[in-house]
Amino acid sequence: MTQPVNPADIHNTILAQQKAEDRKKLAINTVFIAILLVAPFVLYPVFLMKILCFALFAVAFNLLFGFTGLLSFGHAAFLATGGYTTGYLLSQHSGLTTELGILAGTLVATVLGLAFALLSIRRQGIYFAMVTLALSQLVFFFYVQSPFTGGEDGMHGIPRGELFGLISLEDNHNMYYFVLAVFIACYVLVQRVVSSPFGQVLRAIKQNEPRAVSLGYNVDRHKVLAFVISAALAGLAGSLKSVVFQLASLNDAHWHMSGEVILMTLVGGMGTLLGPVVGATFVVNVEYQLSQGPLRDWVDPILGGIFVLTVLAFRNGIVGEIQKFVRRNLG
Amino acid sequence: MTMIFGVPLAVLSGQLLIGVINGAFYALLSLGLAVIFGLLKIINFAHGAMYMLGAMATVILFDALGVNYWVALFLAPLLVGVFGMLVEYFLLRRIAGQDHIYSLLLTFGIALLVQGVLTNLYGVSGLRYAMPDMFKGGINLGFMFLPYYRAWVIGVALLVCFGTWFMIEKTKLGAYLRAGTEDAQLMQGFGVNVPLLVSLTYGFGVMLAAFAGVLAAPIYSVTPVMGSHILIVVFAVVVIGGMGSIGGAIITGVLMGVIEGLTKTFYPPASSAVIFLVMVVVLMVRPTGLFGKEA
Repeated sequence: MTQPVNPADIHNTILAQQKAEDRKKLAINTVFIAILLVAPFVLYPVFLMKILCFALFAVAFNLLFGFTGLLSFGHAAFLATGGYTTGYLLSQHSGLTTELGILAGTLVATVLGLAFALLSIRRQGIYFAMVTLALSQLVFFFYVQSPFTGGEDGMHGIPRGELFGLISLEDNHNMYYFVLAVFIACYVLVQRVVSSPFGQVLRAIKQNEPRAVSLGYNVDRHKVLAFVISAALAGLAGSLKSVVFQLASLNDAHWHMSGEVILMTLVGGMGTLLGPVVGATFVVNVEYQLSQGPLRDWVDPILGGIFVLTVLAFRNGIVGEIQKFVRRNLG
Repeated sequence: MTMIFGVPLAVLSGQLLIGVINGAFYALLSLGLAVIFGLLKIINFAHGAMYMLGAMATVILFDALGVNYWVALFLAPLLVGVFGMLVEYFLLRRIAGQDHIYSLLLTFGIALLVQGVLTNLYGVSGLRYAMPDMFKGGINLGFMFLPYYRAWVIGVALLVCFGTWFMIEKTKLGAYLRAGTEDAQLMQGFGVNVPLLVSLTYGFGVMLAAFAGVLAAPIYSVTPVMGSHILIVVFAVVVIGGMGSIGGAIITGVLMGVIEGLTKTFYPPASSAVIFLVMVVVLMVRPTGLFGKEA
């Protein structure tokens, strides 16, 4: 026999659950931010900034891949475009403050993202992956041949300059806190986007596109917008990276980089907010550790192996598997 | 000397020849991709790696065991084909029921793995493969010089393309393949061994790539990274042609090679980008591709 249930009770229970959930999230976030604030006093700030830049790149990619279900194989193009634009402007115009240079890089990457999106959105599924890969290769050739990028040598000696013309970013700690602030702002932005009604539609598209169409959503417009946001953030990551390392190189434009960001997202856990951050941390660390040891020539095949293992054995990624474990055993 | 648009005829026809040869490779590779896509519904990102393996196997077999070109022409694709079937059996099959994106990523991981291991073993500078003696030299056609080997590549590549088309469109095995493309489950119900067919199809598609690799060994520099660049170009070719038809893949492949050759003659800086530019135009004008049926 089932007892008659008062709908108000259910509502209250759900509300209470949500509140508890929110409190838990807030606690976790506070801990993370505290760790990130202290981190540069324990670890080498440039290394941390590298992780943050790639984490931002992966978070941007995940918005498209994990939440919308579109596999772009061309995100390196945006990373490189952000980096080259910012690097070029900061090197050429000494009057330009750093944040304006970064903004300009982001803007150019956004426009490029719009162009990519409008072209690739006409094809679905695996064609989408192929189109984005081919377009990014076109961008790669452009950068190889353009004199301003320095070709194979790359663009060196990009000045870090001063933030708002006031704070010198030559200091690694200042630079770190600036990168951290941008990263947290973007992370929160993606969090808002994903939980907004817009984000819900993206998820609907991922789960069942025909159904989203039949519900009356303009699927293509949603996809294009998701793509553009993703490209903008990827470009921002590239801009930041070029300022941090004072270097922009062809490596960032190579298809290899597009593959790497897929790996980061996949290993961390696609479709989760924290996953790409964990994945980026993992991949950057693995690359660093390997490059120090006797296996320094084996970075690529080992990453390939991790790729294969992840796809075969744990598709949910690190964060996804932890979530599953928690839900099964503690939930 | 005869000039066409300010370019000597010999130069123009020479570039056209190179274009047709590149086109033949594009055709062989996109054909293999199309065959695999038909039944497995995945894009084989490891296709470039398989092409590279074919070329590397040819060189290594010759250096280590003295296996000559003609034997390698059969042996290398066979070895790579078996390797492909093992990959299909032990890796791809495990995630066959999942979203196709995962199989695509799996083949990408395999490509990184294979390419990375060979790069460590053999370096990126490239191995040399001596042209077989009987192909040395060429004939003078009056307006241009045609090396024997280039003529052979074009001839045999087109023959293999045609053979594949014939097999798929006109034979019983091809009928199974086409039926499997439509509805694999139903065919299984009729008693066809679909898992075996899938393995064979993947193996065959990969063999086509390896065969292209053997043909490439004497004329291109054989390096572990030779596959990744050509693969991206072939992807563009596939997007341009659409994977709707086998014939379409062949025609588009050759056509794109020729366009690339012409660009190299008239405006060299754009030659590496021209196929991607064509792809952009095709996407704008005819999103389904020249021969494509579905989006």
